[in-house]
Amino acid sequence: MWMYVKAFLVGGALCMIGEALLLRTQLTSSRILVGYVTAGVLLGALGVYAPIVEFAGAGATVPLTGFGYSLAKGAIEAVHEQGWLGAFTGGTASCAGGIAAAILFGYLASVIFTPRTKK
Amino acid sequence: MADKRMGAQTVALPSTPRLAAWSAIVGPKEGEGPLGACFDRVETDDMCGQESFEKAERSLFTSCARLTLDKAGIRPQDVHALLGGDLLNQIISAGFAARQLGIPFYGLYGACSTMAESLALGSMLVDGGHCARVLCATSSHFSTAERQYRSPLELGTQRTPTAQWTVTGSGSALVCEANAARDARVCVTHVTTGKVIDLGVKDANNMGAAMAPAAADTLLAHLQDTGRDYADYDLIVTGDLGSLGRELMLELLRREGRALPPERSVDCGMLIYDASQDAHAGGSGCGCSASVLCGKLLGQLACGELHRILFMATGALLSPTTTMQGETIPSIAHAVVLEHVGKEE
Amino acid sequence: MKQSRSVQEYLQLVERLAPKSDMGKGLVRAFWVGGLICVLGQAITDLAMALGMDRQSAGTVCSIALVFASALATGLGVYDQLGKYAGAGSIVPITGFANSVVAPAMEFKREGYVMGVGAKMFSLAGPVLVYGIGSSVIVGLIYFFLGR
Repeated sequence: MWMYVKAFLVGGALCMIGEALLLRTQLTSSRILVGYVTAGVLLGALGVYAPIVEFAGAGATVPLTGFGYSLAKGAIEAVHEQGWLGAFTGGTASCAGGIAAAILFGYLASVIFTPRTKK
Repeated sequence: MADKRMGAQTVALPSTPRLAAWSAIVGPKEGEGPLGACFDRVETDDMCGQESFEKAERSLFTSCARLTLDKAGIRPQDVHALLGGDLLNQIISAGFAARQLGIPFYGLYGACSTMAESLALGSMLVDGGHCARVLCATSSHFSTAERQYRSPLELGTQRTPTAQWTVTGSGSALVCEANAARDARVCVTHVTTGKVIDLGVKDANNMGAAMAPAAADTLLAHLQDTGRDYADYDLIVTGDLGSLGRELMLELLRREGRALPPERSVDCGMLIYDASQDAHAGGSGCGCSASVLCGKLLGQLACGELHRILFMATGALLSPTTTMQGETIPSIAHAVVLEHVGKEE
Repeated sequence: MKQSRSVQEYLQLVERLAPKSDMGKGLVRAFWVGGLICVLGQAITDLAMALGMDRQSAGTVCSIALVFASALATGLGVYDQLGKYAGAGSIVPITGFANSVVAPAMEFKREGYVMGVGAKMFSLAGPVLVYGIGSSVIVGLIYFFLGR
């Protein structure tokens, strides 16, 4: 149960920082997402993000910084195993599930559903 | 020629071309707004029975134009020119509608100022004796504008407090020679052509602020050219400045020493939705000023409730490309003077 | 209007008169919605691990499940309303990434399945992949050269 509380607090805090950036700067949501994923890669590479993941679980992996973290982690691990080739394959491989799911479900949604006007 | 020009930007129309008929058709959200009862038709579905939003907007444009012609009892082949435009790339709503209507067509792009631009040009064509009947029309659609200028409809984003809501709607008016429309109760007497003004606003979600200086500039030019004062008008009607834009315009005018009394200033963007409709700063789009003018104001002029108004639609001449390239937003405002015509004895 | 003088002055005026977003309300909403999505992710991960998956696979299952949920909510027209309420609370989690893939895919269906859906699908999420994957490759190469 304690894990869920930690996930809630850390995940919520990461989102809250994003909202503060949205409201107080001219950054668009796309730029914030790019910033989050890049920050995740950097923090992951520097070894700062792993303890946060250890602490908060999904609270740290579900936000896009977690996406960046797992890209960096995958690339580094693959370099250990395969050398320079791993730098090219490791990151994407570690996130392939999420990306492939987005493509498949995105495609299916576009076949099944039609956008509706906002009210 | 010289006797029709007044000052730098204004033209007088001595023959006072008449507005013989007009109509406004809007979407469901506009129908639920405070002016819902004023419009000729409120669509129950903003797809208007079409397969795409673009086709829906085109159908609004076409049916609104046809309705105006029906009211005036005129066939499309008797109209000498259709002046129209919209917000979409290559003004496809107007162009494709003109293909169906079969009226000689000039496509206009003035962003949200299109209704005033078409009325200005149409009245001048009629006053100059080049056309006897000109149809002025424009349209906009929330969902077509959204996908072209902003984001996909299903994207979960928040709108900023200064953002405006593109009106789904179309307005059209038929300009006729005065002697051919003796029953017409509204005429156009002056036209003031706006200059493109840019005071450095970059935020595409704050178009009211971008357009306010253009509105103030055209209004001051109009007063200067005609020697008139605010007291000569029942209302100074701006197109879609929204609440912030209107406030900024009033402030600019005050700083220029020509403070406009707030009770004489109305903004179509603030009339079309009420606070509960979550439109933030107000309505926008070509269809905003067009539907409010053709749905409400022209009727008030015709019955004498209003005697003379300055209709000044504003437009932000930006595109998604210029926004991405970090450019500021150039804006324009055109003004036409509309007057009530009393019954002849 | 005298333009040279007034640009700076005008921008200050706009800044002064422009209504401000309600910061407190926005932050609270983003916090609890974002936090809840993460809790949901934690529950999915725990469930997958309880079913005998290792941690890595459970994480992937969690991503796939959240992406699916987001795609469904986007298709049903719910996610845009959630986004309007929660802002970054529903943008920052991976569900927001999925929403930014699904929304343009649906939107551009009428332009065809190849140049519409296919080409526009990553019009918003593409930058995330470009910068995310791009920087992960650079990080990997740096690790390679700095002696594993």
